[in-house]
Amino acid sequence: MPQVMGQALKRHEDIRLIRGRGQYTDDMTLPGMVYAEMVRSPYAHANILSVDTQAAQAMPGVLAVFTGQDTKDELGLIPTAWIPPNSDLKMTPHPALAFDTVRYVGDAVAVVIAETPYQAQDAADQVQVQYQPLQAVVHPREAVEDGRPQVHAEIDRNIAFHWTVGPDLDAVFQQAEVVVRHEFRQQRLIPNAMEPRAALAQYNNATDELTVWVTTQNPHIHRFLLSGILGIPEHKLRVVAIDVGGGFGSKIACYPDEVVASWAARKLRRAVKWTETRQENFMITSHGRDHVQEVELAGTRDGQIQAIRVKAYSNLGAYLSTAAPGVPTILFGLIINGAYDIPHASADVYGVVTNTTPVDAYRGAGRPEATYLIERMVDLYASQIQMDPVAVREKNLVKAEAFPYTNPFGLQYDSGNYQGTLKIALDMLDYPKLREEQAALRKDGKYIGIGWSTYVEMCGLGPSEVAGAVGFQGGLWESATVRVHPTGKVSVFTGASPHGQGEETTFAQIVGQELGIPVEDIEIVHGDTARISMGWGTYGSRTTAVGGGAIHLATQKVIEKAKKIAAHKLEVSESDVVFEDGMFSVAGVPNRQVSFQAVTLDAYLAWSLPEGVEPALEGTAFYDPKNFTYPFGAHVAVVSVDPDTGDIHLMRYIAVDDVGNIINPMIVEGQIHGGLVQGIGQALYEGAEYDTEGQLLTGSLLDYAVPKARFFPRFETAHTVTPSPHNPLGVKGVGETGAIASTPAIVNAVMDALHPFGIQDLPMPLTPEKVWQAIQQNQGGR
Amino acid sequence: MPEVLTTVTMTVNGQRVARSIEPRVLLVHFLREELGLTGTHVGCDTSQCGACTVLLDGEAVKACTVLAVQAHGATVTTIEGLEGTRLHPVQEGFWAKHGLQCGFCTPGAMMTAAYLLSQNPHPSEAEIREGLDGVVCRCTGYETIVRAVQHAAALMSEVSETSGAEDVD
Repeated sequence: MPQVMGQALKRHEDIRLIRGRGQYTDDMTLPGMVYAEMVRSPYAHANILSVDTQAAQAMPGVLAVFTGQDTKDELGLIPTAWIPPNSDLKMTPHPALAFDTVRYVGDAVAVVIAETPYQAQDAADQVQVQYQPLQAVVHPREAVEDGRPQVHAEIDRNIAFHWTVGPDLDAVFQQAEVVVRHEFRQQRLIPNAMEPRAALAQYNNATDELTVWVTTQNPHIHRFLLSGILGIPEHKLRVVAIDVGGGFGSKIACYPDEVVASWAARKLRRAVKWTETRQENFMITSHGRDHVQEVELAGTRDGQIQAIRVKAYSNLGAYLSTAAPGVPTILFGLIINGAYDIPHASADVYGVVTNTTPVDAYRGAGRPEATYLIERMVDLYASQIQMDPVAVREKNLVKAEAFPYTNPFGLQYDSGNYQGTLKIALDMLDYPKLREEQAALRKDGKYIGIGWSTYVEMCGLGPSEVAGAVGFQGGLWESATVRVHPTGKVSVFTGASPHGQGEETTFAQIVGQELGIPVEDIEIVHGDTARISMGWGTYGSRTTAVGGGAIHLATQKVIEKAKKIAAHKLEVSESDVVFEDGMFSVAGVPNRQVSFQAVTLDAYLAWSLPEGVEPALEGTAFYDPKNFTYPFGAHVAVVSVDPDTGDIHLMRYIAVDDVGNIINPMIVEGQIHGGLVQGIGQALYEGAEYDTEGQLLTGSLLDYAVPKARFFPRFETAHTVTPSPHNPLGVKGVGETGAIASTPAIVNAVMDALHPFGIQDLPMPLTPEKVWQAIQQNQGGR
Repeated sequence: MPEVLTTVTMTVNGQRVARSIEPRVLLVHFLREELGLTGTHVGCDTSQCGACTVLLDGEAVKACTVLAVQAHGATVTTIEGLEGTRLHPVQEGFWAKHGLQCGFCTPGAMMTAAYLLSQNPHPSEAEIREGLDGVVCRCTGYETIVRAVQHAAALMSEVSETSGAEDVD
């Protein structure tokens, strides 16, 4: 039996995906299926005066037109599911169809159901809505000022919550030798998973069951929320996500359109499909980031960081989306010290509602905002005290012998060797030589820059006890059932819900290795609440760390039971049985053996089982991790900046990551690459812009720059392995590391290149125009 | 709007098909809704993402920007028709080199790659990245797609060398 854990096996899921046989929600067709099209507000803030559906109702193929008046008494409001404690959070319940006020462009006011998608679109154009436009507010820090428009009448100054953590640090800052103050704008990003969201709902008259196929990262959370909103008990509601075309956080939330399609399917007793356009995706699918951060760092003149604190205004959009309040608080504030041993830290966060698209998790979710803050501040501090940024990092990184390390907020970083990854990155770069080259090039009027990011992040969400303590309205354990069929083939049921991360392969590698059977004999089943009892889904880099942990434990239960049966068959005591490579043998008598398959058949035939052993062979486990996992690493970017055009060229990118044990290195590298491109996208290309009326100016792929292949060099990746001590597989998360680490590395590199011009910081994305303007303004300083 | 139907005929993946449709029907909707070829995906509405790329008379086009009536009389190849008795080298390349994650942009990316290699069997890395400019992938970071195309190019040149040898009289 060859080793399969740690091997770069080709992916099992690709067999269907490369042949056009994937089944994404919009690919499905059901008998009698009809189509929903939403009528959406063109205003960011307005009162609805009237909705006239008469003309639309008369259009060809139209079955029904429903407005907010039709749904408001039949549907519950869409809630948020994260309520950070001690933050005085005000709920902003979201009606699936607005009936009195619209609060962002795209807020749905009516739905048309018709026989074909084109008929539904034609009729939606004929719905006449009269609005009374109201003043809008879009900027998070402006929104809390007196006299600004109020998004929700009951939320004074638009402050949905105020969350603080850490002690008063005024004394520390007053006594510090060096204080660096800076304001960062974490711009708003639009996740842009390539598959637009969709929902297809079908009501079964015979069983009174509603089935909803939906683009979700977490079918069971969707079932839970839809159950409450629709008033359908969970045992009569099935949520299915077969293939999902990327999520990056944007398919965690429960959205109005999914609710409306489900409700209409039950109402009309017809299968109803709704699919968003890309334009709608920009308008209504959750956005990410969007902070204003006022940051202060205190340190000594010789490079010892003593304190970090932030006051942040986090823009949450018009309504608090499913996980939204947890992102700028728990997932951000608690880790602003980054990978550094900083004794004092505090965070003060205003969660602000505005007349913009709701903001929720986006790849990294809070941790990129924290990492950018600390990694940029380290560079600004290094510049101020005229130390090399690497020297400052070396001086402050948590030492390898300090693990488990408790950070100023009580997080326990599980394991690490931060100096180890930094050392490898320094060697790969040949840092001293590159600094010499940089100095020589500057004399020739050529500007290159080197930017570092030595990051750590918390992921593998996360113990349920902690989820409860931080106000997440759910558990964060994961379930697995490993079902061995009589022939020895295996179905594995997981509550995680991979949608591109490759766990149909990774999970099969775990089970194949442990049972000693070919991975081809193992099927990973996910994304269906009717087949999987319960689970919490895929986000927060938790799938392999938590879902994989559950699978390992369930597999061990199978082996434990099979061992009893094998002992009985071999007529020895259980303690004398050794299981290796799919064979049970008697210790010391290797030729007395029986295969896993033979034992499986015995388990099902049950003709002769040991006393107290039940027939059949399967194991179920619910794994609740003891802690988060803390992947870390050192990233470095090398850029050149053309001072005549402001154009930035990414010359090299080195990523040295430690994500614990690696099950499939090919998949791990792919996850890192994907994260890098999203993080670099934030630094250089991407940014959502609204005008003062709340109109999204970057509302299509023409206006919002999702990175392309030609923007990048080959990435140089390497890794160290520091297993997580508390995870049964020793793994950590990997899905978000690239997006967390890369953004500050790029900006640090560009600022390093611009150092001769006296430029310290520019707001992201660093477009050529911004860079060129800054150079023009600072030419005198050269 | 009165429904005026028009008949279109085309050859899709080697099969001749005829349907009566509204003239406004986009080729991508014709393929997906009329023919049930759901391997071709709709990822945007501004012709940026390339998820809907198919070959129209051998040329890569974005099927969201072509009316079905414009394809009247033409030959169309979709992802379902890319393979023959074996996987196409581009499919082999994407599988071997992890050129996909969620798989949504993948059919369009593979059709684009197949077209690129039909025009330029030995592209440089820069030419591959340039050739993929009409493809937006949010998952992979593109590098594995580049490797996939290189792998496919190598497989195709092996095949053509072999068949070339066989063709010599």
